[in-house]
Amino acid sequence: MNNIFVYIEIEEGKVADVSLELLTKGRELASTLGVSLDAVVLGEGLAGIEKELAKYGADTVWVADDKTFAPFRTLPHTAVLCGLIEQEKPQIVLFGATCIGRDFAPRVSSALHSGLTADCTQLVIGDHKDPKSGKEYTDLLYQIRPAFGGNIIATIVNPDCRPQMATVREGVMRKEYAAQPGKGEVKAIGWQKFVKDSDLAVRIVERQIEERKIDIKGAGIIVAGGYGMGSKENFRLVHELADVLGGEVGASRAAVDAGFTEHARQVGQTGVTVRPKLYIACGISGQIQHTAGMDQSSMVISINSDPEAPINKIADYAITGDVNDIIPKMIKYYKQNSK
Amino acid sequence: MKKQLKIVVLAKQVPDTRNVGKDAMTPEGTVNRAALPAIFNPEDLNALEMALSLKDRIEGATVRILTMGPQRAADIIRDAMFRGADGGYLLSGREFAGSDTLATSYALSCALRKIGPDVIIAGRQPIDGDTAQVGPQVAEKLGLPQVTYAEEIVEIKDSSLVIKRRLSCGTEVVECPVPAVVTVNASAPECRPRNARRVMKFKCALAASEIAAAPDSETARRAAEKPYLQIVEFAAADVDPDPQQLGLTGSPTKVKKIENVVFQAKEAKRLTAADEEINSLMVELIASHTLG
Repeated sequence: MNNIFVYIEIEEGKVADVSLELLTKGRELASTLGVSLDAVVLGEGLAGIEKELAKYGADTVWVADDKTFAPFRTLPHTAVLCGLIEQEKPQIVLFGATCIGRDFAPRVSSALHSGLTADCTQLVIGDHKDPKSGKEYTDLLYQIRPAFGGNIIATIVNPDCRPQMATVREGVMRKEYAAQPGKGEVKAIGWQKFVKDSDLAVRIVERQIEERKIDIKGAGIIVAGGYGMGSKENFRLVHELADVLGGEVGASRAAVDAGFTEHARQVGQTGVTVRPKLYIACGISGQIQHTAGMDQSSMVISINSDPEAPINKIADYAITGDVNDIIPKMIKYYKQNSK
Repeated sequence: MKKQLKIVVLAKQVPDTRNVGKDAMTPEGTVNRAALPAIFNPEDLNALEMALSLKDRIEGATVRILTMGPQRAADIIRDAMFRGADGGYLLSGREFAGSDTLATSYALSCALRKIGPDVIIAGRQPIDGDTAQVGPQVAEKLGLPQVTYAEEIVEIKDSSLVIKRRLSCGTEVVECPVPAVVTVNASAPECRPRNARRVMKFKCALAASEIAAAPDSETARRAAEKPYLQIVEFAAADVDPDPQQLGLTGSPTKVKKIENVVFQAKEAKRLTAADEEINSLMVELIASHTLG
């Protein structure tokens, strides 16, 4: 039976969260298909890494441990992944939609002539019948993602080419220890036969790692502002409310595009996915591009001048009115009542 | 770096999905494309600026746009010429319809083999698909190295470029030999505006099919006379492709199902901006320990 591969990303010596989230999902898919789950790790100083990966359900851990692979470079990673996929012929390969996964997964798909679906929000196993030829396929990977600026949800399949490949953003899938840990059996990748001299042509001159200063993923309360805040000046109100409530500031894509705040705060399909206990959406219309990243919040309050704004359909409380009027009132009455 | 450096910018005309208004969906719940203006993909404009700034620094360098799309996609080639590009190539034909990213990158790579550029620069991703796949896929098809998330060309060496990349965890500077594919991040400098004199000069630039559509018009006559006003147009047969790798046939990914977004109906409690309503909301949130 053909296995499922999950590419494991190493971030400053640690396994990236997104890779553990993908192992959790990969474990579920592998159990549905009755196949085993393989983790693929390329990096340096990886001894013992299989222990953590096994907890998340990895049966086999493929390892290429050499300075060639750290820091990440596109060409050697592409060469090794392509070589290993041709050797092992997995039916599914999953990558994190990070600046590493989004850099080299397309090259792998191009080299192997197989489809790759970016930024999936759901992965499900199911059957498919080709509408033209009538040919039937069983147990394909449904790759589900918002498209067209989030106005539609598309289910994509790769009926004829293998492997079926997808990327998923960090925070979209849940991370959970497997009910039964995998064996975590280490197998060394014979990478030397895959990497050519020309794959080493790009040289890293300098790297500057910045601490992630803004991390809204773990926040219990998020106050998010949209294009409806009107201006960068007005957007300060969002910060004020977040400060008073002890929350973090989020934003819609339109607010980020308009320059109201930085990209690290963007919530949604092309930003981060959050699940706070309270999400206050200020001047956000609620396109699915945005709601895909926050609709699992425990409680949603929306403030919008348009009573018909789509965000109100997923809100628990919909306040209709001007954000510049309502936010100061929320601050005032919170302060009054919390004392 | 060699003189007469040939720079090609990969660009896409996209529906403006960023500020979708109420009329963007039809009453039947399908996307109303007519209500969305077709624009130059924003990050492709950042790519154009990077190309033009390279041209500014290298004597004799040229910048041309390559776009795949219907006839009206020639609009973005003209737009690029108004901003400083020397010309462009329109890759157009029914054979390309229904292409996924892989079939698109295959078609573009066939055209690029004909053109023979030294540096290929593209935007990181289009706003209608957000996939960021075509740049790297083209690089792989042409066997070229790639530099993604480029923000700035720091240094031009004899046979390589030193490029600063913007990553989620910081920045990285790499040296990459040319020919190469560079994809440009939105954090790179914005594109220079249209130049009035260039607009006057190039407003009659037309692709061959545009000239053929109205051969007797004044613009078509002018374009036919002056080679610098002719946008090169490639049909599928002009770029020697394997037909099996084009369009829907050449696309491994198939769309199984499209659902229009329907929000789950959930009854929201409706409030107004009245003081007493905001006050009681805050009291309720504090009492339920949602706040505080």
